[in-house]
Amino acid sequence: MALLRYESQVRSPLVDGTKDYHQVTEDICRPVEANPSKLWWVGFLISVGLLIFGIVSVTMEVMYGTGQWNLNKTIGWGWDITNFVWWVGIGHAGTLISAILLLFRQGWRTGVNRAAEAMTIFAVMCAGQFPIWHMGRVWNAFFVLPYPNTRGPLWVNFNSPLLWDVFAISTYFTVSLLFWYSGLLPDLATLRDRAKVKWRKHFYGVAAFGWTGSTKHWQRHEALSLVLAGLSTPLVLSVHTIVSFDFATSVVPGWHTTIFPPYFVAGAIFSGFAMVQTLLVVTRKVLALEDYITMEHIEVMNKVIVLTGSIVGIAYLTELFMAWYSAVSYEEFAFFQNRLNLDSPYGWSYWLMMGCNVLSPQIFWFRKMRRNLFVTFFMSILVNIGMWFERFVIIVTSVYRDYLPSAWSTYYTPSIWEIGFYMGTFGLFFTCYFLFSKFFPVIALAEIKHILKKNGENFKNNMGEVEEESTEEFGHKHGHDHGA
Amino acid sequence: MAVKKFVVGNFDDEAVLFPAVKKVRRAGYKIHDVFTPFPIHGLDHAMGLRDTSLHTAGFIYGITGTATAVGFITWALTVDWQINFGGKPFFSLPAWIPVTFELTVLFAAVGMVLTFCYLCQLAPFVKKDHFNPRSTDDTFVMALECTDKTSEAEAMSFLETVGAKEVKIEYKETEWWIGRYDKDVKLFHKEN
Repeated sequence: MALLRYESQVRSPLVDGTKDYHQVTEDICRPVEANPSKLWWVGFLISVGLLIFGIVSVTMEVMYGTGQWNLNKTIGWGWDITNFVWWVGIGHAGTLISAILLLFRQGWRTGVNRAAEAMTIFAVMCAGQFPIWHMGRVWNAFFVLPYPNTRGPLWVNFNSPLLWDVFAISTYFTVSLLFWYSGLLPDLATLRDRAKVKWRKHFYGVAAFGWTGSTKHWQRHEALSLVLAGLSTPLVLSVHTIVSFDFATSVVPGWHTTIFPPYFVAGAIFSGFAMVQTLLVVTRKVLALEDYITMEHIEVMNKVIVLTGSIVGIAYLTELFMAWYSAVSYEEFAFFQNRLNLDSPYGWSYWLMMGCNVLSPQIFWFRKMRRNLFVTFFMSILVNIGMWFERFVIIVTSVYRDYLPSAWSTYYTPSIWEIGFYMGTFGLFFTCYFLFSKFFPVIALAEIKHILKKNGENFKNNMGEVEEESTEEFGHKHGHDHGA
Repeated sequence: MAVKKFVVGNFDDEAVLFPAVKKVRRAGYKIHDVFTPFPIHGLDHAMGLRDTSLHTAGFIYGITGTATAVGFITWALTVDWQINFGGKPFFSLPAWIPVTFELTVLFAAVGMVLTFCYLCQLAPFVKKDHFNPRSTDDTFVMALECTDKTSEAEAMSFLETVGAKEVKIEYKETEWWIGRYDKDVKLFHKEN
């Protein structure tokens, strides 16, 4: 008989416990089919409350203008664009996990990809709010699209990084959504076929698009996933590269840096994985999915965090070196006076960023720490704070004291409506995430089944005898051909 | 609507299903389809399905996106309304790379997903029959199409001998979603 799957015992299992295919279905569908818990309702209502606060804040901004946000001369980009870059960065982990790790054939991605992709989509939705509402006259937002108009037609400036951003973010959102939903189809079909209640049958029937699991469909589905992964891989890298161009192509000291694209991409992956950890450490506990999102998954992601955190650290040091090496006094002033100097008005934010992003993740060099849930959760929050301050440092400390001392701005603090807008996006994000975790399987069912016989604990244990065999024996017993 | 008769075998292990598919085809039966809860690599080849051309379609969509972006931007900024941006040339191709790249990806992804849905006939509100609802859970379902010459009893017992756990006969109305792949599936002996 053909041995379809084999993986060395040295690798630890990715699915714990004794499972068969049906058990996998049961485990993952249970939270979707059960009534929501009290905890869910509490979390959901808090999120909706935050969302309403956000809507009120945005309404204030639309009525009275961006002055409501305490933006001033020379700080035209304050919390809002900081938040935009922060959310977009978070939105990078999902597609990285589902696309790049698919190409790298990393089996562990199957446990976390569905939730991470959902997180990506919600994060990009949140990110998109900031540049849109920051326009002030938001009813003219469609001006950013190249459409035939009565002003000439006057086309948009295709040479501008801000326009590249429009294309990058909207493409990223669309492609991530398609990737996520096409992967969801088979799992929605599973829920449809298990449904006992009428509305559930109808809802999942519509959502599953009539998926049957036919071999021909699977063949095309596999081809689709692979090509979408191939397309998304450069896309992920391009999106934050283009976001960094918003800064790097300007001539503002502190922004005008060629290192920005790789530095931003590494930072995006860093913060994205931190957010995945924040969500999954809680999700796996609340939905009792510890067998699928195992310590192994948590540890691997912590490794990614320490790697990308260190890359970001090197980027910070490179920036400082280049500021000194350039011998440009404005560049030096931006880095050594506006940032490094702890006595300067925003010096504290630079050191907070350094501490959270560069120093604290180094704790993950220790295996014990990588496998400690409390440390992981705490660190994921720290990293997110640090990455928020990174964007704050880049934006605010570069513009609040520039070329002319007479134009130096007063100390910028956000207004309640600017904070409310940020809180509102948390509301949007978590409202979406709570709904997702209630109505959709948070783990990719079909993909877990696909790796079960290779990476499942109970199957893996049986592979010991296979490893004892000589090459000839192995080939004789298990050699098989896929073809006809 | 014509009614077709199928002999349906349910398997509970893909390692049994694989050789069974080969034996069934070697015996000359016509496999209507095999429904599985997850993708099984190589099953399409074992069933004699041809490779999908979805990749090619994706490539064509991508090229279309590239051409659209370069063509449109060139026309808009060099022909239709020239704007002097800091003295740079009107035809400033390097600055257009980001938008061109994004449109390439966008066209390829959207086009491929739509093509995928069209080829598999998947859309909201579409209902299809896949013989056994557990085929999206843990059962591998092989459906053989019966012709006038097929003896059902023989087919059923044959399926049991190759490892099917449960075999039954089902009648289905042939609508557009049943048996779309007839011309795709070649008979086994013709290949070898």
